[in-house]
Amino acid sequence: MSALDITHKTLTDFIYAEARLLDEQRFEDWLNLFTEDGHYWMPLAHGQTDPRLHTSLMYEDKLLLRVRVERLAGQRTFSQQPKSRCHHLLQAPTVESPAPDGEHVVRTAFHYVETRQDQQTLFAGWTTHHVVEDAGALKIRLKRVDLVNCDAAFGNIQLFM
Amino acid sequence: MERYTGNPDAVRALVRDLEVHKDTYIDEEVFALEMEHLFANTWVYVGHASQVPNKGDFYTTTVGTEPVVMVRHTDDSIRVLYNRCPHKGVKVAGETCGNTGKFFRCPYHAWTFKTDGSLLAVPLKKGYENTGFESCEAKHGMAPVQNVKVYRDFVFCRLNPNGISFEDYFGESLSTIDNMVDRSPEGRLEVAGGVLRYMHNCNWKMLVDNQTDTCHPMVAHESSAGTAVKVWQEAPEGTPKPMAVELFAPFVSSYEFFENMGIRVWDNGHGHTGVADSIHAAYSPAPGYWEQMVAAYGEERAKHILGDTRHNTVYFPNIMVKGPIQTLRLFKPIAANKTLVESWTFRLVGAPDLLLERTLMYNRLINAPTSVVGHDDLEMYERAQEALQSRGRDWINVARLFDPAEKEQKNVATNGTNEWQMRNQFRAWAKFMTESM
Repeated sequence: MSALDITHKTLTDFIYAEARLLDEQRFEDWLNLFTEDGHYWMPLAHGQTDPRLHTSLMYEDKLLLRVRVERLAGQRTFSQQPKSRCHHLLQAPTVESPAPDGEHVVRTAFHYVETRQDQQTLFAGWTTHHVVEDAGALKIRLKRVDLVNCDAAFGNIQLFM
Repeated sequence: MERYTGNPDAVRALVRDLEVHKDTYIDEEVFALEMEHLFANTWVYVGHASQVPNKGDFYTTTVGTEPVVMVRHTDDSIRVLYNRCPHKGVKVAGETCGNTGKFFRCPYHAWTFKTDGSLLAVPLKKGYENTGFESCEAKHGMAPVQNVKVYRDFVFCRLNPNGISFEDYFGESLSTIDNMVDRSPEGRLEVAGGVLRYMHNCNWKMLVDNQTDTCHPMVAHESSAGTAVKVWQEAPEGTPKPMAVELFAPFVSSYEFFENMGIRVWDNGHGHTGVADSIHAAYSPAPGYWEQMVAAYGEERAKHILGDTRHNTVYFPNIMVKGPIQTLRLFKPIAANKTLVESWTFRLVGAPDLLLERTLMYNRLINAPTSVVGHDDLEMYERAQEALQSRGRDWINVARLFDPAEKEQKNVATNGTNEWQMRNQFRAWAKFMTESM
């Protein structure tokens, strides 16, 4: 028996709220949106299916996400002196499929800007969230970020899309 | 004003025993001379034979800033051609990789070339009759790089037709490639897992210097590897150590660890860290791998191969190889202040997948544009590239543990925090920059 009334609207609101946490640099709160076995995956190849035997830009479990979040707040994190900022522009998310295993799959096209000092870099792509109910709240089991130019040569990408 | 062109003494004067002039990193004329001389006189890595397994397979890349195409010729040999149509100068092979069949066809006017570069056919050939075309450069097709060497499937070339032989150039340093290949129970590697491409707004030599700079990890990587260790220490007791922590943690080892790890210096700018120990020495074993290695090589030889856990081997001028973690990083110069870093990974053919998985995780955690370790390093390079413009100081210091007697020595192992390898690189730099001036 589900404690939550999960509708199209609660799912899409969740996606918007998640992006807002990142734009507001509330990284600890953002981290809490992930399940304990959650992953943040940014493939390196177009249409990549395997995060293990093919390299990715990121394939972070919660421990690695925590390392990133704590590092961003560190006193000796010189690549964040001064700090980066980011901005998400989301297209209306679509709920992709009914979820037999309790996962709700939501796909969202985005433009993402990351800035630091005088430099502003634009990225574009699609996120696919696998959202589950966990202890009475919506949580992310998998956030997959497919950049339209995933195989391009990039400079630093320091925050989260 | 040209200060260095045609002036080998001025180029040599950029390198002193204990310091290196800032112009080696920021001056565009010096960069142009590097492309003309240094990257032509040295043996430069092109690619790996497993990228072109079949006849007609090609892979496009650059040597210095020269576009080249590596191709498997009809006789099964690997050829390297300048990727430029002799007609109007168009880049002939456009894709990064593919199969061209028995010939290349220029997309502009359909001139065709055999995979050794020779001119095969020109449309409307009659228009060239009695024109003297026979005496033109174009008659000879796409220019082949004459000096190509495939060593255990690693393809190198020397653009200058004359110069040092492959064997004399690399000498004992090839032992690192040998060790990486020998780690496959079948003695064979394959490029695998995709390549990470990371753009750096700095000079290519900053990356080369960094490979054997053992006094920076505990400082610059405190933010990344240090945080990983801290987060791990907060995990509940009894939690199995994650692979990622095993890969990160050694970066913040003590100075003493890096001193004892050792460094070995070879002729012509090559050298490696991790003689007695290394940050790759304490990884968990992969189940079944040891038995495979013993079956392939016998126990004693297997122990010898796996016991050699070298850290970073610099093959001068612009690659670094990690045998124990099957990685090759290529520092591609684009401009005095711009470098494309490509991090390649290899599968040990016949070995358990777990080893490839670890290699790919290492590459992702350390060498990706999304890597926190990469962010630490690039921040330092880009700050240096900016601040080297300063007129307040003109030299970069490489004096650590200098001994005047070192210049006469070769194949020597020493204290792991010695900057000897950086000095070694710059001595080779001055030599190969001026050899053809």
